[in-house]
Amino acid sequence: MADTTDPIIRVRNLSRDFQVGGRGRKRQTLHAVSDASFDVLPGETLGVVGESGSGKSTIGRMLVGLLPATRGEIELFGETITGPSGKQALAKVRHKLQFVFQDPHAAMNPRMRISDIIAEPIDVRGGWTRKDRADRVAELLELVGLSAAFADRFPHEFSGGQRQRIVIARALALDPAFIVCDEAVAALDVSMQAQVINLLMDLQQRLGLSYLFIAHDLAVVRAVSTRIAVLYAGEIVELSDKRSLYTDPKHPYTQALLAAIPRPEVGTRKPPIRGEVPSLLNRPPGCTLCPRCPKAFDRCRTEAPALREVAPGRKVACHLYDGV
Amino acid sequence: MLQIENLSVDFRVDSGWISSVTDVSFTLGPRASLGIVGESGSGKSVTALSVLRLHAARNTRMRGRIMFDGQDLLTLPERRMREIRGRDIAMIFQDPMHSLNPVLTIGDQIGETLRIHQKLDAAAAQKAAIGLLDMVRIPDAARRVTDYPHQLSGGMRQRVMIAMAIACRPRLLIADEPTTALDVTVQAQILDLLRDLREEIGMSVILISHDLGLVAEFAERVLVMYAGELVEEAPSLTMFARPAHPYSEGLLKAIPSADEDVGRLYAIPGRIPDPGRRPPGCNFAPRCPLVQPACTAAPPPLATMEPGHLIRCPVRLAAMETTG
Repeated sequence: MADTTDPIIRVRNLSRDFQVGGRGRKRQTLHAVSDASFDVLPGETLGVVGESGSGKSTIGRMLVGLLPATRGEIELFGETITGPSGKQALAKVRHKLQFVFQDPHAAMNPRMRISDIIAEPIDVRGGWTRKDRADRVAELLELVGLSAAFADRFPHEFSGGQRQRIVIARALALDPAFIVCDEAVAALDVSMQAQVINLLMDLQQRLGLSYLFIAHDLAVVRAVSTRIAVLYAGEIVELSDKRSLYTDPKHPYTQALLAAIPRPEVGTRKPPIRGEVPSLLNRPPGCTLCPRCPKAFDRCRTEAPALREVAPGRKVACHLYDGV
Repeated sequence: MLQIENLSVDFRVDSGWISSVTDVSFTLGPRASLGIVGESGSGKSVTALSVLRLHAARNTRMRGRIMFDGQDLLTLPERRMREIRGRDIAMIFQDPMHSLNPVLTIGDQIGETLRIHQKLDAAAAQKAAIGLLDMVRIPDAARRVTDYPHQLSGGMRQRVMIAMAIACRPRLLIADEPTTALDVTVQAQILDLLRDLREEIGMSVILISHDLGLVAEFAERVLVMYAGELVEEAPSLTMFARPAHPYSEGLLKAIPSADEDVGRLYAIPGRIPDPGRRPPGCNFAPRCPLVQPACTAAPPPLATMEPGHLIRCPVRLAAMETTG
């Protein structure tokens, strides 16, 4: 029996490249994720924040086997799903993994009944009697706060918030241990968003789930996460427990992200960081934030900083903390 | 300058007419900023589009008056309306990619407004376009003016949209979710740009958003809309510090905070009623924690709570009066 604090997921030096161009254009390599290393512990939520193109969704997809890694290692529940025997390893643990996407409308076949949508993972795995299947669908609907009477309806009869509950019910069908939530509440209105966030947190408590919660909204990430990884241009620039990240952000990019949140009192927000996220095609030597960073110095231009521990439980990739 | 009186907008659907916006009134002075907040379906965009009369006339029924400079925009002939659009009142939208023509350079598109309204020739329009790109802080404007939209990032495209909107120095700019498609740090840049331009040009701005924090930071006054109605109007800081309508209050409480750990989020129960299926009394009554029998009988009026602070909730109003 493993120690309960052993991570269920171990990621080491994970990278993903995409080849772009061709057909008369220059072929180039796009580094979507570079050298990411982190763990996910049982029952915790690891929040992943970053702007578009930061590689947060690419990491999520690699973790559940939807996208192969280019380099590096992913270990899920003791099985290494990267490398030569990755496929067999993934098959063993796949039922413990699930994914909830942003748009619940696109995640459901409009011509299928709710019962068939929710039972799809059960049908794929097979071996259930009709009665067990129907009972499980009713149980799942109630688990996500919907009436079991909804089983015979179709997706168009539900609001965005209810649809996301149905998608969550489907994700829970096979008792997963780990769910990747990729912008799972981003498409919902504020009042629906709060309902779905509360649901995800209740389910975590009751079922002992772990989440990788991908979002661009820093307030939403703070509400759901135990620890948080901040991504910039495909790299983890800061990894920290939630409280310290928001009260004492270390990396200049994390500081810029937090400073950019609109505040009701006029003039309380600092001027935003200049520039935009760089192209991932021609990565300059040195730190990727360097061209935008207000604190950059000579070393930042030539040498890429590694993610290092600067305090217990806090990792930062920034030369400002070289001496720490 | 702008005075909207009892504006109601109905749309034609298969089964007849449904009411989208009901009895909205507000005023906006010169050089003022106003925010309109609401969830999807609240009627905030429909209200804004009505000012420019951008709804398809055949399927829309508008009542009330929209007074701009002493003339009622709802009764103007289309030919006169066309002169006002882009010259006196301009608009920017959420998605800059879909609002730009992919096969024309950004210089051509910015110059178009000037050629139409100020009868500039091509060379003069191009020169003016460079000046406008400078004004929206696009670096190296003289070279950028010949770029096509796909060569620009999302933030740059929104700057181009803003340049087009301010080309004729309008007196009113309507910005409908101008930063929703943008990243957090870019959102802050665009917000600051809009604030600076409002000063430089001396125009009024109506900012429409689902994000209360964003609106409160930008605008002096905020309107909250729910199910097609104005439920509260107040100065921004008042709205944030002591919202009076139970819906505004719930909305604020439902937003997760990036500044503190909140634990379980407050969630407004239920969902927004569909247009056409709105309840007979107060639209918010089915979800309201303060609901009284009288609330479901007749629609409540919008009433003044204190100077500049209006709410559509007799229950809260009565409570305020008794406590003083």
